[in-house]
Amino acid sequence: MRDTENPQARTIIALNAVTKSFGAVQALKGITANIREGEFFSLLGPSGCGKTTLLRMIAGFDEPTTGTIAIDGKPMAGIAANHRPTNMVFQSYAIFPHLSVADNVGYGLKKRRLPKAEYRREVEQALEMVDLGGYGPRAAHTLSGGQRQRVALARALIMKPKVVLLDEPLSALDKKLRDQMQLELRQLQRSVGITFILVTHDQEEALIMSDRIAVMFDGQIEQLATPEDLYRRPVNQRVASFIGVMNFLGAQVSGSDENQVSLDVQALGRIDIPRAGLPEGMKPEDIHRVGVRPEMMTILIDSATTAERIIEGEVVETSYYGDMTYYAVRLIGLEEPVTISMRNTAGRAVLRPGEIARVGFATDSIILFR
Amino acid sequence: MVVTFSFWTQNYLDLDTTFTLANYREAWTDPLYRELMLRSLRISVVVTVATVVLAFPIAYYVSFHVRNHKALWLFLITVPFWTSYLLRVFLWKVILGYNGVLNSALLGLGLIDEPLSFILYNANAVVITLAHAWAPFAILPIFVALERIDRSLLEAAKDLGDGPVRSFFRVTLPLAMPGVVAATIIVLIPTVGDYITPRLVGGTEGLMISNMIQVQFGKANNAPLGAALAVSSMFIVGGLSLMIFFATRKIGRGGAD
Repeated sequence: MRDTENPQARTIIALNAVTKSFGAVQALKGITANIREGEFFSLLGPSGCGKTTLLRMIAGFDEPTTGTIAIDGKPMAGIAANHRPTNMVFQSYAIFPHLSVADNVGYGLKKRRLPKAEYRREVEQALEMVDLGGYGPRAAHTLSGGQRQRVALARALIMKPKVVLLDEPLSALDKKLRDQMQLELRQLQRSVGITFILVTHDQEEALIMSDRIAVMFDGQIEQLATPEDLYRRPVNQRVASFIGVMNFLGAQVSGSDENQVSLDVQALGRIDIPRAGLPEGMKPEDIHRVGVRPEMMTILIDSATTAERIIEGEVVETSYYGDMTYYAVRLIGLEEPVTISMRNTAGRAVLRPGEIARVGFATDSIILFR
Repeated sequence: MVVTFSFWTQNYLDLDTTFTLANYREAWTDPLYRELMLRSLRISVVVTVATVVLAFPIAYYVSFHVRNHKALWLFLITVPFWTSYLLRVFLWKVILGYNGVLNSALLGLGLIDEPLSFILYNANAVVITLAHAWAPFAILPIFVALERIDRSLLEAAKDLGDGPVRSFFRVTLPLAMPGVVAATIIVLIPTVGDYITPRLVGGTEGLMISNMIQVQFGKANNAPLGAALAVSSMFIVGGLSLMIFFATRKIGRGGAD
């Protein structure tokens, strides 16, 4: 597990060997991680990986089977959700249908028995924070999906919690609104400075919004890193193929000395890797595969353009996205086509299936796997 | 027909079909009828309140705490309907009677020295019998309303700092109100006009308006007056139901402001 160290940040949530079993099924198999104060942290993984279970245990809706959770230094064992300094934005938003927008937002404040004027001001401020100023008297059931999401967020933020927990908050929104809310959520998190923990299965969403991401599979954290680290240096093939697109090619070590390792890679040929470029703990004999991101390969336009290495292949499929074109190209000496993405810059022609493409790539862009 | 009858007059064996409001005048001014009407309303309101208050915890338990056998529980709740209404009323007679099950048991345990007499042939017996008979009609609508509550709302309430009691009064109960109102109206309307139960277990002080209506149509041979009483009680019950309906709607909306 890779973790980028930042000694200045204080730990707000400490997860220590947390497990959870439902009957014979072990949903979480020992989660250890420190979540830092003020960061936007994501739990990313396919459905059933245990990310929601973990979030619910932080919120206090479930207790770990073994292991401990501490929030702001205090162990949380036996402390119910209503006494924890966390607030949740539910996947369904869980807006109270019998209350107005203002009463929904002020729900948790009511218990504090603030003077009426102060209560109203707090609610109005929270609504303005999520761009819903003046919506207070509306009935909750008249709101759209995006507005509900904002109300749920305002309702959590008004409590001034130490941590806001978000359970797939954008999954119910359409793509355009989702893209917009991703940026808004991120900005809001920066401006309030509260730690956000987001649960999502959408890798793009996690990459855009997070300071750090924990990628989870089968109840375990496979890698905990910044979005850039995760994309550029995935620890294994599972993480690599979950985050973005990755082309995998078989590789064999053909020789090594103290300075470099020589690999014989399918379709690409011989590639020399400096010893220092090997990931921590990986020995040359461990390498069995290499990965290349689609944008690390280029389809060369004419014979004049050069690259460090050029291979030929046949275009099998063309997917045109407007700004980008994704090609499936069958390289010589390779059965499975590789994916190559190209920016559609001015004057660049889109290749059609059947055409021959000259593919260029730089040998330092490859990622090594066991 | 009942409405037309109520504007006629009975002349021993035949009917005088000239329009008159005399029956209504009698129905609304005679202290006997007024007393019976008020007693009917009083009994059915007590029955309704008792039924709904007892039905709510049962519905709540089945909805929130029964995990695997909800259908079985609902089935068991409706089992009493497999026997006839008449039979069930008779059974209460057996249980509550002077030498009945309850008295024998209490005597046998030495808790009382002589049989309790206040439990049969009066209004109490009518309340107990009716509350039992109508319980499933109250449990089912409340159960349905509770089932429809999104459980994440209760988690949200907890997340926002509410303990179980607070979240019950702030979320569960308001959202279950439609079921409670339905249960109230379903129980109230038929119990006001119930005839068998007061007749069998009500004695003389447990008699209700429906018994009087039956007397007018039968022994007293004054169908028009009986019809007027019937129409009057229909109006009163209808008005009462509408009042309950609008009152709860107003409360529901009041909570949202």
